[in-house]
Amino acid sequence: MTSGCTHEKIVSRGVVSDLRKICDKILSIAVSLKYSKDDIFAMHLAMEEAFINAVKHGNNGDIEKNVTIDYTITPEKFDISVIDEGSGFTPETLADPRAGDNLFKTSGRGVLLIKSYMDFVEHAQNGRLVHMVKKNTNKAIPGKA
Amino acid sequence: MNEVKPRISVYYAQNATVVTLTDEKILEEGDIKSIEDSIMPLIESRVNLVIDFSEVQFLSSTVLGLLIRVSKRIYEQKGRLRLCSIGPKIYDIFKITRLDEVFEISEDAKKAIKSLA
Repeated sequence: MTSGCTHEKIVSRGVVSDLRKICDKILSIAVSLKYSKDDIFAMHLAMEEAFINAVKHGNNGDIEKNVTIDYTITPEKFDISVIDEGSGFTPETLADPRAGDNLFKTSGRGVLLIKSYMDFVEHAQNGRLVHMVKKNTNKAIPGKA
Repeated sequence: MNEVKPRISVYYAQNATVVTLTDEKILEEGDIKSIEDSIMPLIESRVNLVIDFSEVQFLSSTVLGLLIRVSKRIYEQKGRLRLCSIGPKIYDIFKITRLDEVFEISEDAKKAIKSLA
């Protein structure tokens, strides 16, 4: 049975399929804490995009580099940091994928989706860390059937 | 022998080829590549293509990139593309990224086919 608060710090290989197992675990906790379907969809999408960014763009696909996941989930909110071991980037310089010809580019929409679906997003450590928060809009009582 | 699960189903209707994405979740890079490899031969010549999302409950931005590549190929061949049966949660992703303005999206396959008549 899931307690009211789960916190884990996991250092994983920089492989998306490994990170998805962590994602699945977090989502199952969110289900048990009665997060809404919309919240779970948002958390899933944000984690997927953050993990792909960390592996492909951060670590540049180098499986010798790790991705660190530091998360806390409570009945009230989900808080996660995803940290890669790449050279970082300047988030402010990211092109808006909705602007002009960027609309027709085949990539570059991940950060926009993360910002759109999560309640709070910040980048730190020279862009190597993305910190995201999603509130439980149901605010359910844990353990109640 | 490994069982290979098809990622799309295809049927031909009037003047359109209709591709239904059969996965509920489209995430894995290999799956997306497999979908692309299945669709591209269908649009090597001028064709009107409908992509049906009725089975799809979840996708990542990587799939949006695939759709852009498919649309470019179709337009190069002077064909036309319609997307259809996109559920509300997936449609939100199109709206947020403004791809609802790039793609012509129909309510269902029947209407998409009709729009290509």
